[in-house]
Amino acid sequence: MAKVVGFNGNAAVAYAMKQINPDVVAAYPITPQTDCVERFAEYVSEGLVDSEFITVESEHSAMSACIGAAAAGGRVMTATAANGLALMWEMLYIAASMRLPIVMMVANRALSGNINIHCDHSDTMGARDAGWIHLFSENAQEAYDNTIQAIKIAEDLGVRLPVMVTQDGFIISHAVERVEILEDEEVKNFIGAYQACYPLLDLNNPVTYGPIDLFDYYFEHKRSQIEAIDNCLPVIERVGKEFGELSGRNYELLEGYRLEDAEYAVVALGSTCGTAREAIDSLREKGKKVGLLKMRCFRPFPRESVIEALSPVKGVAVLDRSVSFGGFGGPLFTEVRSALYDAPSRPLIINFFYGLGGRDIYPEDIEKALERTEEVVKAGKIEQHIDYLGLRE
Amino acid sequence: MPPLKELAKRPERLTPGHRLCAGCGAPIAIRLILAAADKPVIAANATGCLEVSTTIFPYTAWNIPWIHSAFENAAATIAGVETMYEAKKKRGEIDEDIYFVAFGGDGGTYDIGLQSLSGAWERGHRFVYVCYNNEAYMNTGIQRSSATPLGAWTTTSPVGKVLPGKTQWRKNLTEIAVAHDIPYVAQSVPSSWRDLTLKAEKAFHTEGPAFLNVLASCNRGWRHLPADTLKVNQLAVDCCIWPLYEVENGEYRLTYKPREKKPVEEWLKVQGRFQHLFSPANRHLIDEFQAYVDREWERLLERCGETKK
Repeated sequence: MAKVVGFNGNAAVAYAMKQINPDVVAAYPITPQTDCVERFAEYVSEGLVDSEFITVESEHSAMSACIGAAAAGGRVMTATAANGLALMWEMLYIAASMRLPIVMMVANRALSGNINIHCDHSDTMGARDAGWIHLFSENAQEAYDNTIQAIKIAEDLGVRLPVMVTQDGFIISHAVERVEILEDEEVKNFIGAYQACYPLLDLNNPVTYGPIDLFDYYFEHKRSQIEAIDNCLPVIERVGKEFGELSGRNYELLEGYRLEDAEYAVVALGSTCGTAREAIDSLREKGKKVGLLKMRCFRPFPRESVIEALSPVKGVAVLDRSVSFGGFGGPLFTEVRSALYDAPSRPLIINFFYGLGGRDIYPEDIEKALERTEEVVKAGKIEQHIDYLGLRE
Repeated sequence: MPPLKELAKRPERLTPGHRLCAGCGAPIAIRLILAAADKPVIAANATGCLEVSTTIFPYTAWNIPWIHSAFENAAATIAGVETMYEAKKKRGEIDEDIYFVAFGGDGGTYDIGLQSLSGAWERGHRFVYVCYNNEAYMNTGIQRSSATPLGAWTTTSPVGKVLPGKTQWRKNLTEIAVAHDIPYVAQSVPSSWRDLTLKAEKAFHTEGPAFLNVLASCNRGWRHLPADTLKVNQLAVDCCIWPLYEVENGEYRLTYKPREKKPVEEWLKVQGRFQHLFSPANRHLIDEFQAYVDREWERLLERCGETKK
């Protein structure tokens, strides 16, 4: 019988970190992730983990110290949010380029300005091209489960890339929910012992990390990095299945809800998927054939799975909680729409921006989005590709 | 300190064949420092001349484990490496004693890397931070840094009709290190190999953070002949522009006192970057330069207990 506890998302991830017991954690506090770091500091202070905890003076140094510790040969974790992630930007690319399997929790928060501490996805979406695997969580349970899986994914010898596990700031990070936790031994066995590749601490085989790499080799190195992240999808799927066998909670790259016979679908990330389920149930009661596609894995982008899931529907509403200023639609919209270009049948797709800076989204907003999608499909053409939910105009 | 004969037999950790310029002070300093390590060393390097010239892929001049990740974070990076070592040591997974060293130029240390360095000092990691100080951003082509002295021509403090080169004095980073109350801080110079070796040895033997600020001239940026590097470096010491001293657990000690304190002009006149100071309109800057040096020198003598009562 699984143990059930009341955890918010931060506590769930901190507990997963305790069970993972990494060699080194280097972190800097930032709302809304702070609670996670505080809890981990308590585990360190109480001697409940063996981890060395580096209380750095900035997020830039957090990621730099993680890179040093991971290159030295350690299992390394950190956590951040918003501006903290932005301060790490430079180092995110370097961690991925060095193929260091660092795992980082990000409590999604709006990236300034103006300064705002609440949820949107502008922070991690900005980091989507940094070479990290990018897993979204719908609730505290998934934040816990994804964190444990992330270790196994990152450290797979066919992957060796850093992973960021996100949870919506405050909405997940600070809301106490029912969370089923594994036994310490189960986690330990699931992730296995860490196998270091080319560690700096191997004095007999000295290595040079981070040389200058010019026009004669850099491009080939980037090509192999492209291949590395593209090859991750089967590993993420396999680890999700194995985790399902252990916990009873199966994980896939993406998840459909009442999508089998749906004519209209909404695509979303994170906690909004829970809200969308409500909206879909309510519309289904009214006889509408609607469904949800929840994107769990955003990087690498599971193009084929998206085509398979959405090709049969007539209309798609993509919900974006971040903006790509000056772009044609939000990051999720452009990815989904691009994937569907090759679909055997192409649904009409519209984009809704919502929830910036923590603005709440309600089931009625999503119902409205799906109804709009239906109208567009019935009209046979899209007059307005981009719209807003919950915005005063 | 072992005799020079013994030091010379130690393994070359930075090997010949790197592509630093002829006359560069940095590799002389780095090789002397690494030769002072009586145990294995792992190094982190900030972005800069030393990094780019020693690791042009697929080559490396480093015979030791070495990491470069970015410009402003050599201290945080080596802190991560050292912490991982401590984790393994605690668990009994590693027996060997290892020294940890970070190298940065003055740009990567005085300016962009100061926050990361200050953090690592405060946390007390066991590492030696070496600033090879050539008094400007030489890797990007001679731009002024906060280590550049008054009046120096650089490409971002050019000499023009209105401005006579850099208009500010320099940051005293060595004293900033001392203010962190770390166990070992020293200034040295490669022209005094014995001084540098002794200090490097002490730094490696320190249980905690140690800082070596090493003036190492860049003949391209300072505008002197490649063969004159050590001579020009030593003149900085003899003019008391770059005093050799150490601060061990808060105790100041002057490690070299010039028999005769030469005027700063002696040092300025051998470098092209200061030639404009000798025009009549700029002479007053030499006086100002001398005044800054005198003030710092007097203060240092006092701290070292060298002031005549």
